[in-house]
Amino acid sequence: MNKLLKLSAVSLIAIGSFGVQAGIFHSDTLKDVQTKGSLTCGVSTGTPGFSSPDSSGNWSGIDVDVCRAVAAATLGDAKKVKFVPLTAKERFVALSSGEIDMLSRNTTWTHTRDTSLGLTFAGVNYYDGQGFMVQKSLGVNSVKDLDGASFCIQAGTTTELNLADYFRSNKMEFKAVTYDTSAQTKGGFEAGRCDALTSDVSQLAGLRSTLKDPSSAVVLGDVISKEPLGPVVRKDDNTWLNIVRWSLNAMIEAEELGVTSATIDDASTSPGIQRLQGKSGKLNESLGLSKDWSRNIIAQVGNYGESFERNIGMSTPIQLPRGVNQLWIKGGILYAPAFR
Amino acid sequence: MFTKLKSLLYNNEVRAILFQILAVVVIAYFAYQAFDNMMLNIEQRGIRSGFGFLNDEAGFAVNDNFFLEYSPASTNLQAFYVGIVNTLIVAITGIFFASVLGLIVGISRLSSNYLIRKMATVYIEVFRNIPILLQILFWYSMALSAFPSPKNSISFFDSIFLNSRGLYLPRPVEGVEIYLVLASFIIGVVSYIFIKRRSNKKHDDTGIETNTTPYFAGLVLLLPIAVYFASGAQLEYPVLKGFNFRGGVDLSIEFFALAFALSIYTATYIAEAIRSGIESVDNGQKEAAAAMGLTQTQSLRLVVLPQALRVAIPPIINQYLNLTKNSSLAAAVGYTELVTIFSGTVLNVVGQAIEIIILTMLVYLAISLVISLILNIFNKKMQIKGK
Repeated sequence: MNKLLKLSAVSLIAIGSFGVQAGIFHSDTLKDVQTKGSLTCGVSTGTPGFSSPDSSGNWSGIDVDVCRAVAAATLGDAKKVKFVPLTAKERFVALSSGEIDMLSRNTTWTHTRDTSLGLTFAGVNYYDGQGFMVQKSLGVNSVKDLDGASFCIQAGTTTELNLADYFRSNKMEFKAVTYDTSAQTKGGFEAGRCDALTSDVSQLAGLRSTLKDPSSAVVLGDVISKEPLGPVVRKDDNTWLNIVRWSLNAMIEAEELGVTSATIDDASTSPGIQRLQGKSGKLNESLGLSKDWSRNIIAQVGNYGESFERNIGMSTPIQLPRGVNQLWIKGGILYAPAFR
Repeated sequence: MFTKLKSLLYNNEVRAILFQILAVVVIAYFAYQAFDNMMLNIEQRGIRSGFGFLNDEAGFAVNDNFFLEYSPASTNLQAFYVGIVNTLIVAITGIFFASVLGLIVGISRLSSNYLIRKMATVYIEVFRNIPILLQILFWYSMALSAFPSPKNSISFFDSIFLNSRGLYLPRPVEGVEIYLVLASFIIGVVSYIFIKRRSNKKHDDTGIETNTTPYFAGLVLLLPIAVYFASGAQLEYPVLKGFNFRGGVDLSIEFFALAFALSIYTATYIAEAIRSGIESVDNGQKEAAAAMGLTQTQSLRLVVLPQALRVAIPPIINQYLNLTKNSSLAAAVGYTELVTIFSGTVLNVVGQAIEIIILTMLVYLAISLVISLILNIFNKKMQIKGK
């Protein structure tokens, strides 16, 4: 909370006092990042599989991989990322005030956020939906059985609004207990403060795996909303928007072409792969990047499928199926615009 | 003419005023520039500005709501009001209990009884030296694990229930009857105050004391209860239905944890203020009171405390203000007061940080100014009386 107030105060002062120059000043995030020698990326305070630090402080997750991909593209080194953990409430202020260069923090792409915050979504790296986790002992099978129940939610998320929408349209009653962080939400759920915890389905799996007794809770099959999650940048820098958007697309394109971190440097006659390797085409020029930008992403971070399996796939404790996040040619909706 | 002007310029008084005007102009210019730049930048970044969002639908639910109309279909402005009311309620509750506890502990701190004195000291030293946020979190997790689940609620006469989610009380059903009960209560209190005043005056004039306790019991307690039964007013009782209690009034466990932690913490400072106030009263006063045959309690109540409070009130005002501001730490436990609702959820939905933070700051400023205004009036009254 204090951080939020501080951020707002700082941004107020910063916007206020240095505004005279801002009128003619054109922001150039790429140049800033290259001068600093590192990318400052806003992530969550700890969402397993999406962005969470291990015991030695190394961040991993599919959101983290988007940050790393952008660092690989712009700096040639996926390790040159400074991660800034942010709560849901702090994230947009941190981005618009310039504290971070980009936000990759399981953030739902909504109309309001895209149009009225001075921010732009650069793509979707995970198609999610809102689901529910309940205590197994309640014997509940569907959200429809939860009339009158208490729900633990994280403040400042679309979850709060979806829950109210859903219960209103189904004429059911509910009580919402709103916490600041997702860890507190889990704490409230474990302590029995609420009957159910509601959040994005992807997070539920991660949260459940960190419960003291994961088998005491079940994730319901119902999904009540669309939650396309993706990276966000400031609106005033189109080049930077393109860099973030196409770094993500490069990962998806690589999977579609069947190129992995192990095979990216293999000689290929396919024009598509050659473009990805930076051996032909001029995809780098309009982005202001070096020729091997996309090659660096795949070599250092891997393609989308690799990132997915490494962080949230069936071999991880989170065990999320690809589902709709499968490539469009394999029955999913994941689709990178033409890479040419 | 010119020399006259020059001499005016070298006049000390004129100069002083001139520099003050200059200072005001410079500050005003900077403030204007800062504001103007801010607005310009907001516009350039394509961030929505203005207060139009207040009329938009809020769309989210609020856990603690005492008497205002609110549903997810309400506007952001209504959510704002709910936030203000919830902040006020937790602040007033906290101030009340902190004052009572602070007074008791402050007096105990100077007790002649060793055990009481030491206990008060230990209490103050422990709770004053732990950060308030930790205390809030501590009491919250204590409450969550100490109280039973809704199905095993502690029940009082099957009408009041306590569990790990909150306290559930019966609520009077709205109707003529309940207003009759309310009216009889007010009449009872007013007539009791009247009787008490007359008995005090009689005591001042003649020295004869009358016992007013039966009047208190009759007018303030028995009268409303009698009217309640006679009028047949109805209460709506909380009933366990499904997952939670429905009906009645509920006070969330978050509210209790927050109010409790704020009271316990602030009481330590109030106790110290009371103690220093009591110590500032000259010992001769107590001796004179004893010489006149007043008992210890009478001496404390009639001689020492009125003089001690005069010294204690200014620091106590500060503590009341601190308590009110500390209530914004509610976000940590999920009590839905102003900061949680407005600078939290609404800010996140709407995204207009500057407008929302400014409004929130204005509310705290207004609450604080009102508290200090009230207590300053009280303070002034105490001061004049003494002279």
